Amino acid sequence: MLTRESVYETLATVMDPEVPVISVVELGIIRDVDVADDHVTVTVTPTYSGCPAMHEIEDDIRTALLGAGAGQVTVRMTFAPAWTTDWIGAEAREKLRAYGIAPPGRAEQGGLITLTRRQIPVQCPFCGSADTRLQSEFGSTACKAIHVCNACRQPFDEFKAI
Amino acid sequence: MTTHDDNDTPIITSGAATLSVAGVRGPVFAAPLVEYLLRLGDDRLVLGHRLSEWCGHGPILEEDIALSNMALDLVGQANMFLGLAGEVEGAGRDADALAYFREGVQYRNALLVELPRGDFGFTIMRQFLFDAYSVLFLDALAGCGHAGVAALAAKSLKEDKYHLRHSSEWVVRLGDGTNESRTRAQRSLDGLWRYTGELFEYDVIDEAVATEGVVVDRAALFSRWDSMVREVLQRATLDIPKGVVMASGGRRGRHTEYLGHLLTVMQSVARAHPGATW
Repeated sequence: MLTRESVYETLATVMDPEVPVISVVELGIIRDVDVADDHVTVTVTPTYSGCPAMHEIEDDIRTALLGAGAGQVTVRMTFAPAWTTDWIGAEAREKLRAYGIAPPGRAEQGGLITLTRRQIPVQCPFCGSADTRLQSEFGSTACKAIHVCNACRQPFDEFKAI
Repeated sequence: MTTHDDNDTPIITSGAATLSVAGVRGPVFAAPLVEYLLRLGDDRLVLGHRLSEWCGHGPILEEDIALSNMALDLVGQANMFLGLAGEVEGAGRDADALAYFREGVQYRNALLVELPRGDFGFTIMRQFLFDAYSVLFLDALAGCGHAGVAALAAKSLKEDKYHLRHSSEWVVRLGDGTNESRTRAQRSLDGLWRYTGELFEYDVIDEAVATEGVVVDRAALFSRWDSMVREVLQRATLDIPKGVVMASGGRRGRHTEYLGHLLTVMQSVARAHPGATW
């Protein structure tokens, strides 16, 4: 018999297809779980509007829950509140760093932006140096920026704050 | 439903409200909130498509990636806004149906976004003018009284802030760069300026959706946009064109010839294989 807790346990095994070291739960995109007999409804919020991995994540969630004994799985999308990297917990941030991706800093709060970039240095996930430079705020996936470490010369991704 | 009066002016009938949009021929107008959402969605779909044309053609690898990322965000946003438009319309059309099976006259994007991509300077200048508008507009819309619209605006705003920072930095770099880059940036600005007025038009659709809680103060929006754009262009050492007569028409389905060509490409697969999935 599935419970809310057991569904969360199953979801904790569904990894982000682009960053396979953190789960969809750790990513903060699971907003709600509802279990009615063997019908599980999972409410998910997208990371970026156009993230192509969202469809795959939806399929992975469905497959995992059907495998765990759910008779029917509904994946609902919600847009409010909008996803923020602030929902990624401390443990998951360490996993990102160990995987070679600098974890996100604090997301900018509401309101407008400064037109020049913030100067907070991003720490190199490989050597730990703060002597790094931003190469581009757009990287290999919607959620990453590209940096280069001046100390160890290693280019690296940053999970960008949003 | 839509009817026409003697002057060939469509009358929009939505519930008890009857609205007329002067000077528009032919195409069907939807309920005001649907029209409003189509404007939001179509701006992003068409501009996203224009940016996607750079995929594999960017001047440097990072730019290729950046423009493609921005394209992805915008098409994703279009998917949300058109999806909501379809829901509100209630005629069984989803975002794909709206994107791939409407004609040019049924598109509601501003003319600015449909212009051909031009050179990199043109693409970046257009992006900057749009991003500044989009960020300020979405910021206002995110606080409006319609929960569904506000949610999509808040979501899109986060992404567009990154776009704006990127495009504004490039405008400064190109404008205050070499003679060649400055010449091209100025030429782009001169060509694009006449398409900026349309972004701040206020019409019967805006008036009608206000009753549903969707309210954005266009005059305040323009003044914020104007000071932001002036600040960046000044840093870029570029001159704002003077005495320009503004172009208009996209919001009512009157487009430049470029939109038809864009749609022909964008819609070709969906129309050749209706209902296909992959």
